Amino acid sequence: MELTGAEIVVRFLQDEGVEHLFGYPGGAVLHIYDALYKQDKVKHILVRHEQAATHAADGYARSTGKPGVVLVTSGPGATNAVTGIATAYMDSIPMVVLTGQVPTSLIGNDAFQEVDAVGITRPCVKHNFLVKDVKDLASTLKKAFYIAQTGRPGPVVVDIPKDVTANRTKYVFPKTVSMRSYNPVVKGHTGQIKRAVGMIMGAKRPMLYTGGGVVLNDASKQLIEFARLLGYPVTNTSMGLGGYPASDRQFVGMLGMHGTYEANMAMSHCDVLVAIGARFDDRVTGNVQKFCPHAKIIHIDIDPSSISKNVKVDVPIVGSVEHVLKDMLKLIKESGEVPDGDALAKWWKQIDEWRAKDCLKYDKSSELIKPQYVLETLHKITKGDAFVCSDVGQHQMWTAQFYKFDKPRRWINSGGLGTMGFGLPAAMGVQFAHPKANVVCVTGEGSIQMNIQELSTCLQYGLPIKIICLNNRFLGMVRQWQEFFYDRRYSHSYMESLPDFVKLAEAYGHVGMQIDKPADVEAALKEAFTKHKNRLVFMNFLTDQTENVYPMVPAGAGLDEMILV
Amino acid sequence: MRHIISILIENEAGALSRVAGLFSARGYNIESLTVAPTEDASLSRMTLVTRGSDDIVEQITKQLNKLVDVVKLMDLTEGPHIEREMMLIKVRAVGGDQRDEVKRMADIFRGRIIDVTDSTYTIEVTGDSTKLDAFIQALDKGLILETVRSGVMGISRGEKALRI
Repeated sequence: MELTGAEIVVRFLQDEGVEHLFGYPGGAVLHIYDALYKQDKVKHILVRHEQAATHAADGYARSTGKPGVVLVTSGPGATNAVTGIATAYMDSIPMVVLTGQVPTSLIGNDAFQEVDAVGITRPCVKHNFLVKDVKDLASTLKKAFYIAQTGRPGPVVVDIPKDVTANRTKYVFPKTVSMRSYNPVVKGHTGQIKRAVGMIMGAKRPMLYTGGGVVLNDASKQLIEFARLLGYPVTNTSMGLGGYPASDRQFVGMLGMHGTYEANMAMSHCDVLVAIGARFDDRVTGNVQKFCPHAKIIHIDIDPSSISKNVKVDVPIVGSVEHVLKDMLKLIKESGEVPDGDALAKWWKQIDEWRAKDCLKYDKSSELIKPQYVLETLHKITKGDAFVCSDVGQHQMWTAQFYKFDKPRRWINSGGLGTMGFGLPAAMGVQFAHPKANVVCVTGEGSIQMNIQELSTCLQYGLPIKIICLNNRFLGMVRQWQEFFYDRRYSHSYMESLPDFVKLAEAYGHVGMQIDKPADVEAALKEAFTKHKNRLVFMNFLTDQTENVYPMVPAGAGLDEMILV
Repeated sequence: MRHIISILIENEAGALSRVAGLFSARGYNIESLTVAPTEDASLSRMTLVTRGSDDIVEQITKQLNKLVDVVKLMDLTEGPHIEREMMLIKVRAVGGDQRDEVKRMADIFRGRIIDVTDSTYTIEVTGDSTKLDAFIQALDKGLILETVRSGVMGISRGEKALRI
């Protein structure tokens, strides 16, 4: 039987096992929406802005490992989605975005709601397609899902002209896909792995620096086994948090610009650095000239172009983290070798001295609410087991520092692109994937206003997200930089004329709470998670306006040149 | 260092823009770029000349390899290779002396005159880029009306071949 292109899209999504589709209708995708109407297998989530559709799909993907799927219309639908696509691209999140396009006969005519979606998204997708013939539709969709999820994951855009969704052809679900130009490597090079293991076993001051690759590759188990077998210290990038349990003694905290003193000092003094699924981002390395000056560097990454991009490494290994760590574990166990116990004991003694600085300390006797205290209490109330989605700014760094993530895929944040407005829609995606779980959005009064319209989506679908708004009436991270580096000229970082967030939450049909005293923090959080368990609660915490994120490595400085509290 | 990178790429709409876009997005420079289908119509062969330090060229080849449309690539400058470029150059040729001089110069460079009018010659010259540069240098600047160069294409010597 012949199906229309629109029916093929929907049938394909069903056959591919897609359960949730985040989208917003419009002219060019009306045929697809009509086909969606006639079925109930794929659940469509109507957001209030296309950017939110992409972030929601992104949050869904980050928390499950399955690709997030988006459907938007042509023109403004596609351009609104670009921020979310770029966000996913920077953090290597598997996502498939279907954009409507004007009919093929009108492409290039400046037709109503026409943009060159393939051209606009090209620099921020893993790959994209324009489907010009309905006969190519199913196979193209299959390629899109395959590319998005394999190798280094990423977003893929499929642009579908309206006439293609109306034309008919025979539909067969393409079970397999083969592309001669795309064959991602999985297994690491045996010789390189051997060399790396030799270096690792001979280390006197070793350091494991792990990133988002561990989480994306679901290699947390292998990492834990590897680290425990060796007894080496572990630091995570922001994207890698949860990949190694934060409550473990071998964990020395996050590294980088707002990393812990012990993590950054250990990086600067280690003699063998093992980078695992991390990409030496500038927020992690600080000044690359001063980065790990004493270390031989081993780098495990699925993406060859990540290797020696920012920092020259001694032993590159291209392969999936999971496979390479498994191979390394096998080699180590077979060799019967053990690390140099004396050297390691000395190294840990040094690290513990750095740790004793207690670099994350803050004033616990303040009469103002300290944001750090809210997050510590949140961790306590949720037993460290919530999905925590964050926006971007100071609150993001505090969450990374103070919510001790013990499991992967619990910490959902826009690490690479730093997209304000990410938190709430991402939390929606997470809540759809985990309807029973505690899902939190930690945000600020700046970020939340960038996608606040999604409170309406949350009501429609009954999403009981807990919004922790750390409201300091400032674009805090901007203010912090202005304080440190611009002689306190607070240019446009003060947030005036804020709405009454409690009333706003209520106007959207949710529960609003205002908390302005430290003594009320715990009770308020308890109330939100118990009494209002099944409702969205917007918690507006009025926090200390002067609080800064410490430690801080100023831009251009080495990791051991931190500003401490 | 100058590098000549040969790329086999899917012959699909937009493939060229992915390559060009990669270079502009990452701030690499393209000295020349030629592209045409191969004996297998589904594949195009692209020859790209770029300059950069070893680190940058390593990144360029890795990033190109990462493009989903790129099937295979080779840095020709890593081994013995032949490079050729074609130039068509139109020059003023009026009067016996001038016409003789231009003809002689074309002969020296093994160029061929492929179009003649009573006031112009159009000459075809092939060779590596430096030879074409030398030919331009050898001509009286005032005589040159128009030049068009194909950009470099190249192939490795001997058994080595870029094929799938």
